[in-house]
Amino acid sequence: MGLSPYLILSMLLFVTGAAGFIIKRNVIAVFLCVELMLNAVNLSFIAFARHLNQVDGQIFVFLVMVVAAAEAAVGLAIAIVLYRNRKTLSVDDADMMKW
Amino acid sequence: METAFFYIFGAIALLSAINVVAQKKVFYSAISLIICLCAVAALYMTLDSPFIAAIQIIIYAGAIMVLFIFVIMLLDPFSAALLRDKKKSLKYFAILLGLLVLAALYPILNSYNPAQAPRNIDAAGGTASVRHLGKVLFTEYLLPFELTSVLILVAIIGVVVLAKRKP
Repeated sequence: MGLSPYLILSMLLFVTGAAGFIIKRNVIAVFLCVELMLNAVNLSFIAFARHLNQVDGQIFVFLVMVVAAAEAAVGLAIAIVLYRNRKTLSVDDADMMKW
Repeated sequence: METAFFYIFGAIALLSAINVVAQKKVFYSAISLIICLCAVAALYMTLDSPFIAAIQIIIYAGAIMVLFIFVIMLLDPFSAALLRDKKKSLKYFAILLGLLVLAALYPILNSYNPAQAPRNIDAAGGTASVRHLGKVLFTEYLLPFELTSVLILVAIIGVVVLAKRKP
């Protein structure tokens, strides 16, 4: 089993997450798509770590997971504050910083 | 054996990932993402990374996704049904963009094959050894590891400040 099948699966997962990031209108669904993209990148890190026979890729996945946990916690707190202040979770209704 | 596992769990991961995007209700998206994370954890097992597979299940599918579902339950389980898609064209644009990226990247990734094993691992069990992983994590990567604890601390304080109700 070579490296390429894992990279292609990782790419498919990443593109699915990126498309969902654009399509989804709910803030929490957008965060789920970000998690999907992080997960795809983790898969290619692990595939490279196994293929190159070194452990560094696994450590990077460990660090990415920590960043994902922090990002999810802060993002969900922002979602709660957004819902409390505006009574909506739609990204289309939360564009006051856009213009 | 590894090929069979790759195709089974890769198909599960891909289908549940598409389901994450396709589902209207965000709760079902979250459940689907948990399935995807577990399938990817199974792939990590076949890729000689048992420790990463374990923390994928415990931290990702356990802690982070429980946090997501907690917030979904707290806010509005059925709000996605109320959300109307204002920009229908965006969906086709995103799918087109995704297919374009796939068409551009597929030949590169399909032919990419770097030389194997530039560094020899002296520990028993190679990359699968958790002992070796721990040794590298606490010597070579000690500074990033300690910085992640600061990052977590900043996240905790930030979340408390954000979510606290103003008096």
